[in-house]
Amino acid sequence: MVLKYLIVKEFKQMMRNIILPIVFVLLPIGVINVLPRIATQEVKHLKFSVVDNDHSALSQRLMNKIAASSYFDLVGAFPNYNKALATIESCEADIVVEIEPEFEKNLITTGVASVAIDANAVNGMKGSLGSSYAAQIIADYAAQLRDERGLDASGTTVAKFDVAPRYLFNPTLDYKVYMIPALLGMLLIILVGFLPSINIVGEKEKGTIEQINVTPVSKIEFILSKLIPYAVVGIFLLTFAMLLARGIHGITPAGSVALIYAFALVFCVVVASIGLIISNYSSNTQQATLTFFFFMMIFMLMSGLLTPVASMPAWSRAITEVNPMRFAMEAFRTLYLKDASFGDLSPQFWRLCIMAVVLWAWAIASYRKNS
Amino acid sequence: MKENYVIEAEGLTKKFGDFTATNHITFKVHEGEIFGFLGANGAGKTTAMRMLCGLSRPSEGRATVAGYDVYRQAEEVKKHIGYMSQKFSLYDDLTVAENLRLFGGIYGMKRKLINEKTDRLLAELGFTSKKNAMVKSLPLGWKQKLAFSLAIFHDPKIVFLDEPTGGVDPVTRRQFWELIYQASDRGITVFVTTHYMDEAEYCDRVSIMVDGCIKALDSPRNLKKQFGVDSMYDVFLTLARTAQRSSD
Repeated sequence: MVLKYLIVKEFKQMMRNIILPIVFVLLPIGVINVLPRIATQEVKHLKFSVVDNDHSALSQRLMNKIAASSYFDLVGAFPNYNKALATIESCEADIVVEIEPEFEKNLITTGVASVAIDANAVNGMKGSLGSSYAAQIIADYAAQLRDERGLDASGTTVAKFDVAPRYLFNPTLDYKVYMIPALLGMLLIILVGFLPSINIVGEKEKGTIEQINVTPVSKIEFILSKLIPYAVVGIFLLTFAMLLARGIHGITPAGSVALIYAFALVFCVVVASIGLIISNYSSNTQQATLTFFFFMMIFMLMSGLLTPVASMPAWSRAITEVNPMRFAMEAFRTLYLKDASFGDLSPQFWRLCIMAVVLWAWAIASYRKNS
Repeated sequence: MKENYVIEAEGLTKKFGDFTATNHITFKVHEGEIFGFLGANGAGKTTAMRMLCGLSRPSEGRATVAGYDVYRQAEEVKKHIGYMSQKFSLYDDLTVAENLRLFGGIYGMKRKLINEKTDRLLAELGFTSKKNAMVKSLPLGWKQKLAFSLAIFHDPKIVFLDEPTGGVDPVTRRQFWELIYQASDRGITVFVTTHYMDEAEYCDRVSIMVDGCIKALDSPRNLKKQFGVDSMYDVFLTLARTAQRSSD
């Protein structure tokens, strides 16, 4: 079997590389341990300034209540609005909460008082989430006061709704549980996609491809020998990363592990083929690297890794239909968060399979033994 | 003279855009001979050789190597030839034995045969102690000998050598030619390009290319007679002076 000799050669070269074996161990640790902690979209520790124009017991309690929340850190209390606004302008604070002068009096006499929230919306997400968290705390405070003092009994009867959300699949709304399955896909695309992209072109640069091209080795065998080792590495990385996710964050898949492996394997074939195609068309490693990163950025940003596909514009949603990363990630997320069956994920699976076959064939066709 | 030709080229041409690297060359190589392929840098030797090896598709003309057409049956040609490129192209992150095993395997040799031949070859070359040394750690002369041994490891009909002794000291060059003679004795046809005119004298027949065309083709003795000079060096110089193309 010619293939056997070629695969042995690839593995030997891979393991003799000075940095690759280290990368195989360190990158998953970095991606699974560090990224979910830093690449989080949870908004915490918003800094807020207070303008308390009332200086009453009730306004003081409101201030303390906001400061007590893990979402907010108090910067300080300021005598007037302009001074507080200055803290936003100098980036010391994200939010200004202003309490009206007759806050306590109005509350007790009319049952209605107002609090103004000003949020720095340079970071739109932070601004909108921050102000709505603050509004929630204030509403909560109002409800608390009603219960304590029967305030609403003195005023008009207000229809009251209690909205109690029940969070499914990720009951603690932990961002890590959502991110880690997606990071598995990212890990695979970085290593299993990138390394093949510099492999064949590397042989072109060294000249070793010439010695191979002058042999009767078949194109299929040669491309398989470039693909199989990386698929094996991909499965190893996936296993390692899943164990890390369990060990470090205690996160395990709710669904079938076998299905995760099935998706990972097909996904590895897809991304490794993309890498090999790029490698075949490139004439030096710089070209291959830049081309690969171009596609990788698109694959990642248009996959739903960070922003939901459903909220993208129509043209961009159309592009995601051919993005392998999207389907792999949907599968990983679904399998980690819900106990999905193969039937639930079969559209994603077959799409990936079609991409794998087409791209693999393309990788073979684009490898030229003569010019 | 034997009538068995292992290489037959007829009007073989390769164009890169407007540039004609190899211009309608026609020649035949007998089975078992050592055929020297001479020419200045840029004369089109390497291009011609790459076409004969199935690495480059001819733009015009035809050629058969070991009985197979280089255009339509390139992969069949490759089964019957060995090739040593100008630039050292073995895997320098594999050991000597691993390189031999890989290429032996690619040519479909059995593992047992590969192991036997590896041991015999390394003993002949005096390389046994370097069997498990990384190829990158070898000196250039050894690398060249290894590359040649690898090119004939699978007992091809023809071996193509593209400037095999470039940058190698005279003693090693001499040893290298001994290896070529040994291969020739085993019946392997040798097709070799070189810049060294002393090496040209070792060949059974030589052709000299100028500006993509073959300007002379005969045995070294006849060529010297034909040009009325004493050495191949003078034959080469007489022809190379007619070149229009600038060499690089």
